[in-house]
Amino acid sequence: MTNMARLFEQALLSVDRLEARRLVEVAAKEQTPLELVDHMIVPALTRIGELWERGDAALSQVYMSGRICEELVDGILPPDDPRRKDQPPMAIAVLDDYHLLGKRIVHAVLRAGGFELKDYGRVTVDELVNKAKNDRISVLLISTLMLHSALHVRDVVEKIKIEGFGARVVVGGAPFRFDDHLWRDVGADAMGLSASDVPDIVQSIMGGRL
Amino acid sequence: MKKESMTSMQRVLTTLGHNEPDRVPLFLLVTMHGAKELGMSIKDYFEKAEHVVEGQIRLRAKYSHDCLYTFFYAPVEVEAWGGEVIYAPDGPPNSGRPFISSADMINRLIPPDIKMTPCLAKVIKATQLLKARTGDDCPIIGVVMSPFSLPVMQMGFEHYLDLMIERPGLFEKLMRVNEDFCVEWANAQLAAGATAICYFDPIASPTIVPREIFIRTGFEVARRTLGRIKGPPATHLASGRVLPIINDIVQTGAAVVGVSCVENLTDIKAACRGKISVLGNLNGIEMRRWSAKEADEKVRQAILQAGPGGGFIVSDNHGEIPWAVPDETLLAIGEAVRRHGIYPISGA
Repeated sequence: MTNMARLFEQALLSVDRLEARRLVEVAAKEQTPLELVDHMIVPALTRIGELWERGDAALSQVYMSGRICEELVDGILPPDDPRRKDQPPMAIAVLDDYHLLGKRIVHAVLRAGGFELKDYGRVTVDELVNKAKNDRISVLLISTLMLHSALHVRDVVEKIKIEGFGARVVVGGAPFRFDDHLWRDVGADAMGLSASDVPDIVQSIMGGRL
Repeated sequence: MKKESMTSMQRVLTTLGHNEPDRVPLFLLVTMHGAKELGMSIKDYFEKAEHVVEGQIRLRAKYSHDCLYTFFYAPVEVEAWGGEVIYAPDGPPNSGRPFISSADMINRLIPPDIKMTPCLAKVIKATQLLKARTGDDCPIIGVVMSPFSLPVMQMGFEHYLDLMIERPGLFEKLMRVNEDFCVEWANAQLAAGATAICYFDPIASPTIVPREIFIRTGFEVARRTLGRIKGPPATHLASGRVLPIINDIVQTGAAVVGVSCVENLTDIKAACRGKISVLGNLNGIEMRRWSAKEADEKVRQAILQAGPGGGFIVSDNHGEIPWAVPDETLLAIGEAVRRHGIYPISGA
């Protein structure tokens, strides 16, 4: 990790927006926006995600870091910029409840990594499958907080099979963190322990490795 | 297997005094399972205090555990403030769209009147009825959401974190309103017959906010609030980590702390010994697929790690057993506590 990346990570953990912006502006003089995203922003978010998984950072820091990075990346790489990553059609949703923070964090981390995705908000199983089918979604990210919602992912997977549009399902949230069998039990294709796992999972799907 | 010689109340009070009772107490924090017991939907079950009373009595008889739990569902307080509750056929009632839609609404918040609010009056009535039926044989555990954690349901997690970090003045105002309500709600339950109050405070956990933020926010809130509650409080972080703030939790005046399976129970017990009792730490999510043998082994390990010396109650790590956990598993947990939890703990 470069000294610049270390300082950037520290600014994010301290929720120091001004310092984070200053460091990005300095780095932007020597790197293209995509290089900056790949070499400074994504690694910092990945490391903060790892710290959270180990219990050395808090969810509030993961959330604020994602938000700050999303804002910074929108400044250097606007949503309609053609330099944003070539990617499969993706969407994210929360199944069944109003615990939206996990979805918000994953959304921010993916956008900060140069991805674009649709945000379906809070949906039921049927709403989710219908929206994903209509939008021809290839990667469907589902966040849950409650065990019964996590178990309903099985219904989503079965309905996707019935509808035959072949979206890959990636799950995340507390129930999956507390039971590492659960994502397989419900038929998901992958599980992210933290938001920072998701860009790699999406890359793996894009590269045919998953 | 040796005979048990204490009532649940004696067993629990002995362990809370950091002494060894006849066996390790067991709190199976079952809520929705009462609906299964009465053969009704979760929504119908929580409609009436009498259902919950009957459910709790039957569940205690079935599992032979050591408490009665008057926790209806997490958003009962949000419902009292005018928020929406969403029922599911196979999970706990959940809070709907947050009712604080703009931060400025905080200036106009008026706490609900407990006696005049049907959902709260129902909990009070259930507590009174349970107390009348069980007397002093078994502790009745009442529940409040901490003033520091309630805003997740009042205004949504994202907006609450923004408020906490970016608008400290308004945050403090919300805390003061919530604190007054929390104290009144806890004391009403104690007056109705609750033995202790479970103070759910997941946001206090270092899993959610860094200790430095907790110290200047949730810690002060807890110290002010618990100091005004007229009964023993048990702070529960609902599956969040606790070790980095264990001494802070002790300083807030909590008598018990609910701990998570993500931390080593031996380390937790070492940090808590003689200062605060430990409640936990069986993984409630994994529990849905445990065999009886796995349940036995998980309970045995927990008792070996935290049982010696007292100051330990076996429980799940979240404060509510999920609906998907089958009866057979809960029965196996009860049997395991009776098999491995007799003092002195052998093999410890």
